[in-house]
Amino acid sequence: MNLRATLRLAIQALVRNKARSLLTMLGIVIGVAAVIVTVAIGAGARVSVQQSIASLGSNLIVVQPGSVTQGGVRTGFGGASSLTPQDGLAIAQLPGVAAVSPIVSVRSQVVAGGNNWQTQITGVAPTYTFIKAWALASGRFLSESDVASIAKVAVLGQTVVTQLFPNGESPIGKTVIIKGSPFTVIGTMTALGQSGMGQDQDDVVLIPYSSAMERLTGLTTVNLLMISAATAAQVNPVQSEVVSLLARRHRITPPQPYDFQVRNLQAFAQAASSTGTVMELLLAGVAAVSLLVGGIGIMNIMMVSVTERTREIGLRMAVGARARSILNQFLTESIVLSTIGGLIGVVVGVLGTILVALLAKWPTLIPPGWIFASVGFSAMVGIFFGYYPAQKAAHLSPIEALRFE
Amino acid sequence: MGGVVEVRNLRKIYPMGDDEVVALGGVDLSIERGEFIAVMGPSGSGKSTFMQIVGMLDRATAGSYSFEGRDVAALTDDERADIRSRRLGFVFQSYNLLPRTSALENVELPMVYAGVPEARRLDIALEKMDIVGIKSLADHMPNQMSGGQQQRIAIARSLVNDPALILADEPTGALDTKTSRDVMRIFSDLNATRDITIMLVTHEPDIAAFAKRIVTFRDGHILSDVPNVKRAA
Ligand SMILES: Nc1ncnc2c1ncn2[C@@H]1O[C@H](COP(=O)(O)OP(=O)(O)OP(=O)(O)O)[C@@H](O)[C@H]1O
Ligand SMILES: [Mg+2]
Repeated sequence: MNLRATLRLAIQALVRNKARSLLTMLGIVIGVAAVIVTVAIGAGARVSVQQSIASLGSNLIVVQPGSVTQGGVRTGFGGASSLTPQDGLAIAQLPGVAAVSPIVSVRSQVVAGGNNWQTQITGVAPTYTFIKAWALASGRFLSESDVASIAKVAVLGQTVVTQLFPNGESPIGKTVIIKGSPFTVIGTMTALGQSGMGQDQDDVVLIPYSSAMERLTGLTTVNLLMISAATAAQVNPVQSEVVSLLARRHRITPPQPYDFQVRNLQAFAQAASSTGTVMELLLAGVAAVSLLVGGIGIMNIMMVSVTERTREIGLRMAVGARARSILNQFLTESIVLSTIGGLIGVVVGVLGTILVALLAKWPTLIPPGWIFASVGFSAMVGIFFGYYPAQKAAHLSPIEALRFE
Repeated sequence: MGGVVEVRNLRKIYPMGDDEVVALGGVDLSIERGEFIAVMGPSGSGKSTFMQIVGMLDRATAGSYSFEGRDVAALTDDERADIRSRRLGFVFQSYNLLPRTSALENVELPMVYAGVPEARRLDIALEKMDIVGIKSLADHMPNQMSGGQQQRIAIARSLVNDPALILADEPTGALDTKTSRDVMRIFSDLNATRDITIMLVTHEPDIAAFAKRIVTFRDGHILSDVPNVKRAA
């Protein structure tokens, strides 16, 4: 018997038992749909974590002051006042460094006309927009001459714009008072939304770091140095270069502890991504178990079907069917059953994923490989769980099968 | 006239727990082309057992059996399946049609396994259905047909591969007298006009009366083997 005849025979047999075939498929349908939905949610979550990490800044390296010990009491990181803008300039000369910006942070009340608002005042360099990959919404950003002239200019985040200029007028050219000093607004930033940690990233006023030091903190040191490596591959080499450069500049010799701390986000990104992978595998594993249960359902029904159709098998053998034809017939039935179940499962899974994305607003992503893999896997489930019943049918003796009551 | 079946000292023993049942205790029989044999005998005398072995649905315990000159004991299961497919036709007491399958598809079934191209199957099936007078029932399902009609479908099915021998175990056992006689007339015609060799089992003398030769079994042996002198028409 050729493949087409066998396939037609299998489909005929399945159509003759529509209700049962559909119920048998249900196990596979649910299994495959579960695989698709769980993988889509897992992959979606991973991608969104990666994106939020990327939004923190590309190839970012952060230098913080280290801890100091005063009379036996150790401060945490940031306790030492050791980082200067000159450190930043020196780092900018290192190979593989794309940009450096000192960061000076102060919380302060900001007043504009009749409105006031407490927000984060951050002193930065003109490179800050590049390091944060943050675009300007209107006006211009801080320039090198603003830094050099310790200019009283400010760029506002969107939250600050809405709080201080609630009537929708343009803030450009207006004056805001920060700690008694008037600053001229020269630009506004695009909205970034919440950070991965739930902070409002738009609740900020950006001013030249020199102005922040001179007019707000009165210090010669800065809170942070943000460094952007030219490429992801250069993050680690640049980091060790920064460590040795700063150790030299701060005249630290081992075993003296460093008075600074250098970190990058890659380790964090990797950890987050591998957690995502573990979650995804776990979900897929659970889904695969339900596929397996679907397979056992197929085997169960095929066993029943073989027993029920013993006389049919006997008759087919009497009119000339070889054992192989009988085996193929039942195996094909089970493969067709599981493959159609798999295809329906993919459709249900994709619809379910769309529903999850729409209703729960979760990020989802269906890797196309998983669609082929789950249909292929269901076909394999059909072969694996259909083989034993088919084998049983093929090995019946014709006369015993015919005599079967 | 060449020999179709040549059986010598055929034995079949069924184990029954510690005991055994001797269903056939040494049977000798030759069937020539064109014969029409009725097998008779009391219940349990081994008639069905003999038919099943001749039909290669079962294997003998001992003795020799050659079919069209081939030693059947030496054949593999696949070779026996191929001979059943091309050289043998079966008709059963209970018809054994595939349920929920049209008459036409039932008749076509042996040709599917014999590898007859699809286009030719329909022609052959309709031709054989015409011979047994049920061409008009081609689209009917078995459960929409009378016993006599179903048995005719089964006979048409046994004919499609032009077998050397048709084996029928009590083909009229489930039919009324009138229908039984109609079915027997079909066998008679096939034997007379198409020279098809037929061996059938029956308990009824007036059914056996259609055959040309009557073989009687008792306790696993052949009691008598005589030509039928008073043939029915
Ligand atoms: N599968 C089997 N296992 C054990 N014994 C069997 C089996 N088949 C048949 N027999 C025994 O073999 C003997 C012959 O049985 P068989 O069916 O050939 O008789 P029969 O002549 O066809 O009878 P009937 O006219 O009732 O159909 C009987 O004693 C029966 O009990
Ligand atoms: Mg019998």
